[in-house]
Amino acid sequence: MISFTLNGQTVSIDAPLTRRLTEVLREDLGQTGTKVGCDAGDCGACTVLVDGRGLCACLIPVARVQGAVVQTVEGETPVLTRLRAAFLRHGAAQCGICTPGMLMAAAELLSHTPAPSLDQAEQALGGVLCRCTGYRKILAAVCDTGNAPSPALPDGPVIGCRIPRLDGDAKVAGDSFGADFAPEAALVLRAVRSPHAHAAFAFGDLRSFAARPGVAAVFTAADIPGRNAFGVIPAFADQPALAPSPARFRGEAVALVAFEPWGDPDLSAFPIAWTPLPAETDPAHAEGPGAALVHADRPGNRLTEGRVIKGDAAQAMAASAHVVSGQIATSFVEHAYIEPEAGAAWIEGDTLVIRACTQAPMMDRDETAAILNLPLDRVRIIPSAVGGGFGSKLDISLQPLLGLAALKLGRPVRMTYSRAESMASTTKRHPAHMVGQIGCDAQGRITAVAFEGRFDTGAYASWGPTVANRVPVHVTGPYCTPHVTARARAIHTHGPVSGAFRGFGVPQAAIWQETLFDRLADQAGIDRLEFRLLNALRDGDVTATGQVLQATGIHACLQALRPHWKRALAEAQAVPGRGVGIASCWYGCGNTSLPNPSTIRIGITPAGEVVLHQGATDIGQGSNTVISQIAADALGVPLTRLRLIGPDTALTPDAGKTSASRQTFVTGRAAMAAGQALRAAILRLANASDAAKLALDHGRISVTEGGTRREIDLATLATDSMGYVLQAEESYDPPTAPLDANGQGKPYAVYGYGAQIVELSVDDRLGTVRLHKITAAHDVGRAINPLLAEGQIEGGIAQGIGLALMEEYISGRTDNLHDYLIPTTGDVPPIESLLVEVPDPEGPMGAKGLGEHVLIPTAPAILNAIRHATGAEVTELPALPHRILAAIKAARR
Amino acid sequence: MRYDRPTTLSDALQMLSAAPRRILAGGTDLYPSAGSTLTGDVLDLTAIADLRGITRDDTGLRIGACTPWSDIVAADLPMGLTALQQAALQVGGRQIQNAGTIGGNLCNASPAADGVPPLLACNARVELSGPVGRRDMALSDFLVGPRRTALLPQEVMTAVMIPSTSLQGRSAFLKLGARAYLVISIAMVAVRIVPDAGRVGEAALAIGACSATATRLPAIEAALIGAPLRSLASRIRPADVAAALSPIDDIRAPATYRAEAAAELLSRAVAEVAS
Repeated sequence: MISFTLNGQTVSIDAPLTRRLTEVLREDLGQTGTKVGCDAGDCGACTVLVDGRGLCACLIPVARVQGAVVQTVEGETPVLTRLRAAFLRHGAAQCGICTPGMLMAAAELLSHTPAPSLDQAEQALGGVLCRCTGYRKILAAVCDTGNAPSPALPDGPVIGCRIPRLDGDAKVAGDSFGADFAPEAALVLRAVRSPHAHAAFAFGDLRSFAARPGVAAVFTAADIPGRNAFGVIPAFADQPALAPSPARFRGEAVALVAFEPWGDPDLSAFPIAWTPLPAETDPAHAEGPGAALVHADRPGNRLTEGRVIKGDAAQAMAASAHVVSGQIATSFVEHAYIEPEAGAAWIEGDTLVIRACTQAPMMDRDETAAILNLPLDRVRIIPSAVGGGFGSKLDISLQPLLGLAALKLGRPVRMTYSRAESMASTTKRHPAHMVGQIGCDAQGRITAVAFEGRFDTGAYASWGPTVANRVPVHVTGPYCTPHVTARARAIHTHGPVSGAFRGFGVPQAAIWQETLFDRLADQAGIDRLEFRLLNALRDGDVTATGQVLQATGIHACLQALRPHWKRALAEAQAVPGRGVGIASCWYGCGNTSLPNPSTIRIGITPAGEVVLHQGATDIGQGSNTVISQIAADALGVPLTRLRLIGPDTALTPDAGKTSASRQTFVTGRAAMAAGQALRAAILRLANASDAAKLALDHGRISVTEGGTRREIDLATLATDSMGYVLQAEESYDPPTAPLDANGQGKPYAVYGYGAQIVELSVDDRLGTVRLHKITAAHDVGRAINPLLAEGQIEGGIAQGIGLALMEEYISGRTDNLHDYLIPTTGDVPPIESLLVEVPDPEGPMGAKGLGEHVLIPTAPAILNAIRHATGAEVTELPALPHRILAAIKAARR
Repeated sequence: MRYDRPTTLSDALQMLSAAPRRILAGGTDLYPSAGSTLTGDVLDLTAIADLRGITRDDTGLRIGACTPWSDIVAADLPMGLTALQQAALQVGGRQIQNAGTIGGNLCNASPAADGVPPLLACNARVELSGPVGRRDMALSDFLVGPRRTALLPQEVMTAVMIPSTSLQGRSAFLKLGARAYLVISIAMVAVRIVPDAGRVGEAALAIGACSATATRLPAIEAALIGAPLRSLASRIRPADVAAALSPIDDIRAPATYRAEAAAELLSRAVAEVAS
């Protein structure tokens, strides 16, 4: 029996003595505020204080806390209270999965250093990884825990207000993520996964394995009742939930074992014999003659090719005054959210309920139902809090596995991926190999872009077609380009499945285009910012797909950066090794030429409560808050009057997936429409005009217009089947037009724009980089919530830094968070955000998407700054020190 | 499975004599490699008070093997151990420094162990205790190869000892990686220089992560003796450094870069302590 003090209470527990403290806290004591991100001391999410010292609870045998004082995020101490308030005020929690670890690490710091400097905070939190925030707001919060009052929510309109996130209280208390809830006595699921990139396999005696004590059941592909092929794009659905032989990538699930909750979930004796087969791992080889086919029906291992052809790029290039050619290669990049996939499933009546982390509950429902051969209304998806997604949690992962076992066994089940399992089995950013030319005339006006990209799409389709289509559409960057030939091929290999990752291939393409732009500007003898400004798209310009643009914000972004650019260049000139880089982005919000409607429902109860059914999954980006702000203002009631019902396929209409920077724009537009429709219904009842003011009070709505006040007694109105006396449900689907064979059409209704300046120093003897400042100007149309918008910018930049300088996923080598490097507190410099507002008539209150845009300019701006500092042209990413040093030497030759 | 957490060394040694088992100190290496559960018999040394703490007498400094890195950071140590304190601040994050121990770092014997170069640079010896008593040996002899040491199955490391003569001088540690914190090094160096009337009286140079085990550079050290402190950095010749190392190509860097970077780090560390 181990006894210790936990948050002031004495607890005694009978547990194996070497059991991790995390397990004891979470599983035995039900204190799930302490999160597990890696089980290896690499991420710090599980930081707790033991006798006042911060420790990773995943590395502590519980026996060691005998007699100790343990503090977790569930504790209530004055320091934690102040930290929580500061985190909310500063927007320091996004998804919330790292927040408990951050809070506890900060609590240790504040216990001996009550007013820390930024440097002290940076060092103290250097052991906790965050993938969402870019750390700056966390550091600011830790340095600002004075007794500043928490801002009260405004009573009036809230669009444009820095509202702390509405779901923030849960985040700073230790929110309930996928692994944090399971029904009593849930079976524990574990997947058997391929240790090889390509291998045939044969099962041994499954029946006797299933009969072992503690094993409840074994499932294989043969047990899948429906279509054993999923994929986010139905026409390409090809990925089995459990693979039949052969397995096509390392980490692919081939069997599933359900263990009794008391059993030892040990798969080491699972009867399976592997026969490794030759693996196509190099996409250049895979698309060549003689390569083995990953899928027999996809010749040349080509999944798809996207193309945009406008004018005659070859001829225009030949006639150009200046032409640059270049190639860029990028690596697999892992999303590295701190929450590995996790969830639970159970049966309610005849409905299969799956609660798991996800970005796309309706897609989860549809795909799980198809795999399990269930009608849609028998599958309910309840998203848990999501500890980061960034695109990878769009694809289903453990949902069909949870569903299969719960359905077949009729018992509740749970599953939590290990860090290694999460990294090996889920999607990655496509490695890209990009070549081509860009030309301009003697005045520096772009004449033509010619681009060929090969994207390693891995073993299954996932979002490969989307990447192949998005890249050619965006590869010109936000610049007027009369002649374009752009092709992007998605090529299968036996590598990890490449899917969606913040930007769908556009960040890779922007690296190619924006680094070539710097060389072209130099050739043309024009300042690099002015060169971009000269070519920036304007209203009425025509894109490579033939679309005529409106609300074009790139000009305004570059102009906003101009004074910063001049200052930065002047400062850099005086210091050897200093460099300044700039790069832009544009990005179409929503699906490419495909419908992607969102629906929002708002109801008013007889008691006068306003209920917002908001189905957009908030993975940290803030849709719970932003959509509420839009709905409240459209309806004309204070934000505080809304009660939020978050995503649940049984309770909320479809707000689509959280991807493609679409939620603020598309779901926001639906929320605006629903708010306006409900408002109109109220005004009709009161016979008032839109100038009237609404007030809700004790079952009444008072409608005041001029000197007239009318009251609606809600109790006199009939309630509908949902219990509402008034209700509005509205949908919005962005108006787009299909792309023809040459990629001509109107792929997006709204584009967002941005540009960033990077200031850095390069150590020209070691090839290392130190970032000093990033200035980011982003046209958001209308900043619904500037606090959250800044959070998106800072977080996107942090991922851009990782893409540029350190991140390289190598299957089997970097399946952990110490070999796979993501930025730490010390790797993200101060960021100045300039929110530019060029309202788009299509967006709600003019708003555009932002979530992916913010990542796109960072990596090319870093590479351009490195070149400015040293002349080095790094063409293989990440720009690790040895690659930068080699490029410096090459530039000197 | 068996787990014991004795409070005296003699109890620990008795338990170890009875049956071999895994030794647990900070847990920062053992748990990550354990999979979902730590199985097998475990002997936890962290309750033995004698194994934690830093003491000094005429012969030198003694650091208990179970002293965590954060204690080393916080201790008031002579400048010959500045390098060790700088390394301690870079062993993972604060949470790892609060848990991980100096003895564990050495017994784990990773080629990239942060503690090794600074300790080699001050001629550290390790004290090993077993059923027949104590023995000590130079750290350089203790580290036999990657993940291999001279520790016998019934022994535990009880202390790291630094002779008083090796506490002299000034020291520095530099570590190179691709990010700011939680760095697994591409290369790291520790140097300790004892000045003598504006010249080098004694030089100790060590490099980690560039060979199977971290190594001293005796030939380069010898060449520095007597040299004026002002011009030391220029005396580190990359070719000499490369000749003393056997770096590998891995995911973090190719061998040629490692050797080159090591020489550069060495020049900088030498310049830092000589200034």
